[in-house]
Amino acid sequence: MNMMTGVSPWERLIRPDRVHGSLYTDPEIFEAELKSIWYRTWVYVGHESEVPNANDYVVKSIGPQSVIMTRDERGKVNLLLNRCSHRGNQVCSFERGNARSFTCPFHSWTFANDGRLVGYAFPDGYEGQDKSQLALGRVTRVESYRGFVFGSFATDGPTLKEHLGGAAETIDRLVRTSPEGEVEITAGFLKHRVKANWKFILENECDGYHPAFVHTSIFGVADSMIGKLYGGASTALTRDYGNGHTEIDLRPEFRKRDAPMSWFGTSEERLPDYTARMKAAYGDNAAREIMIDGTPHVMIFPNLFIAEIQMFVIQPLGVDDSVQHVTALQFKGAPDLNRRLRQQTMGSVGPAGFLLADDSEMYERCHRGVLARNPEWIFLGRGEKRQRQDEHGFTVGHVTDEVPSRGIWTHYRKLMEPA
Amino acid sequence: MLSRESSATLMSAITAFLYREARLQDEHRYEAWEKLWTDDGVYWVPANGADIDPERQMSIIYDNRSRIALRVRQLMTGKHFTQTPQSNLRRLISNIELMDQQPEDGDIAVASNSLIFESSLRDDTLWAARNEYRLRHVDGELRMAAKKVILVNNDKAIYTLSFLV
Ligand code: FES
Ligand SMILES: [Fe+2]
Repeated sequence: MNMMTGVSPWERLIRPDRVHGSLYTDPEIFEAELKSIWYRTWVYVGHESEVPNANDYVVKSIGPQSVIMTRDERGKVNLLLNRCSHRGNQVCSFERGNARSFTCPFHSWTFANDGRLVGYAFPDGYEGQDKSQLALGRVTRVESYRGFVFGSFATDGPTLKEHLGGAAETIDRLVRTSPEGEVEITAGFLKHRVKANWKFILENECDGYHPAFVHTSIFGVADSMIGKLYGGASTALTRDYGNGHTEIDLRPEFRKRDAPMSWFGTSEERLPDYTARMKAAYGDNAAREIMIDGTPHVMIFPNLFIAEIQMFVIQPLGVDDSVQHVTALQFKGAPDLNRRLRQQTMGSVGPAGFLLADDSEMYERCHRGVLARNPEWIFLGRGEKRQRQDEHGFTVGHVTDEVPSRGIWTHYRKLMEPA
Repeated sequence: MLSRESSATLMSAITAFLYREARLQDEHRYEAWEKLWTDDGVYWVPANGADIDPERQMSIIYDNRSRIALRVRQLMTGKHFTQTPQSNLRRLISNIELMDQQPEDGDIAVASNSLIFESSLRDDTLWAARNEYRLRHVDGELRMAAKKVILVNNDKAIYTLSFLV
């Protein structure tokens, strides 16, 4: 708080229709974000289906920190910090595996996969030491929603359900696409690095203004129906769910088409097995509605993006260094659909993807661009005058409007400003 | 078993083919490069190792022939911004070997190493890979029926790879 003016630094940098360019480039702001966002709020870490069996583990991250997601013998999912409690060596150096315990390679301390220290080498010399004080660090709170595991380093604060708020419904909508009501993350991740601030990625995920321009090269040569969804005449919406969660709601367009599986550019005829299973699971009418509406396009603040057919996890490494972890969504009980999801995902995302290569190029150019000192501000006013509240009280606007960015920055300011 | 002469002739034809492919890629001659493929060509750049199952796991590139054509068409639009402007590229191809295990269908199994220097708007980047080919004689000329590019760092987070690797 600036005592002279009564204006917090954040209030000076974040205005309703514009934000200051230094928010993307100032290393001190990045450090403050680690503390106030990444090491405090709920952050998506991994999916339960990545550790299906007892003692499975997979190495994940929260910001630059390495986190081991384990399923212990009793079936509980733990988020452990990959840092030996002796002298800090990383206890796990493989990306995934099955292990009851982790033995640190430095001095051979051994930790159970629930984090307990179970033994040190040459135990003489540790007389009277309480082992329970030397467990692996853990992410303080772990909660999962329909298989999506989130962690928070804050001892108290909103529950995951409260944090997700209205956006929880988008995850419900997602899992309904499976005849068994479950998403699985089993196809492995592509890891795409960009020299750009993580918030350029965060904002771009529900920016419906850019596709017509950035993706023109692929829309022009592939007979994709995606282009029209983002045109000026589109009835699709942008939505701000609060808490930084944003959506592009494409359902109005898919409902106009009124054709099951059109959201995925295919048809019931081409997926007879899937269609039959959906009808058996939900009944003809509900199955038809689900298959018309398709999956959501939602950005769960700060790092989980569900983009119809794929999932992205945003990881910040530094103020100008980020990784997009991407994989195909897989729906339990839908092998014929899953195969297409993998094929399409491989085509569109990752370092050589038809779509994401160009998005990533834009993030990097934006990052270099905002290093220029003038004009200092980034303008986010598109659609400000025509946005409105939907029937649930969430702000919505035209698909090309900057409703999502404004929602993200409102929440960001709340997190960064000490109460 | 090929005679010593015929294997030397074959080896020099293969070497010439791989050098030519490298030059077409470096110079962004997309249509000429596309013509090097057989009709059933598969262009594969795995992620997370060399031996994943591309039918189950995500690959960086896993293109059948029609997707290779799409990739080339996208590059040709001049609006694929990550290649507009185009990267400046030069690559070295070396350690060319005929592999012992020859596929039964008469294709020729060949492997090489490659080191690619890319200069783009982002920065200068060095890429290194093991390349595995299946080459086939079609109308008296060599063509690629399969090309697998195993990037040395394909288990890590890598920058955009939008040129022909
Ligand atoms: S640092 Fe791990 S045992 Fe010493
Ligand atoms: Fe995009």
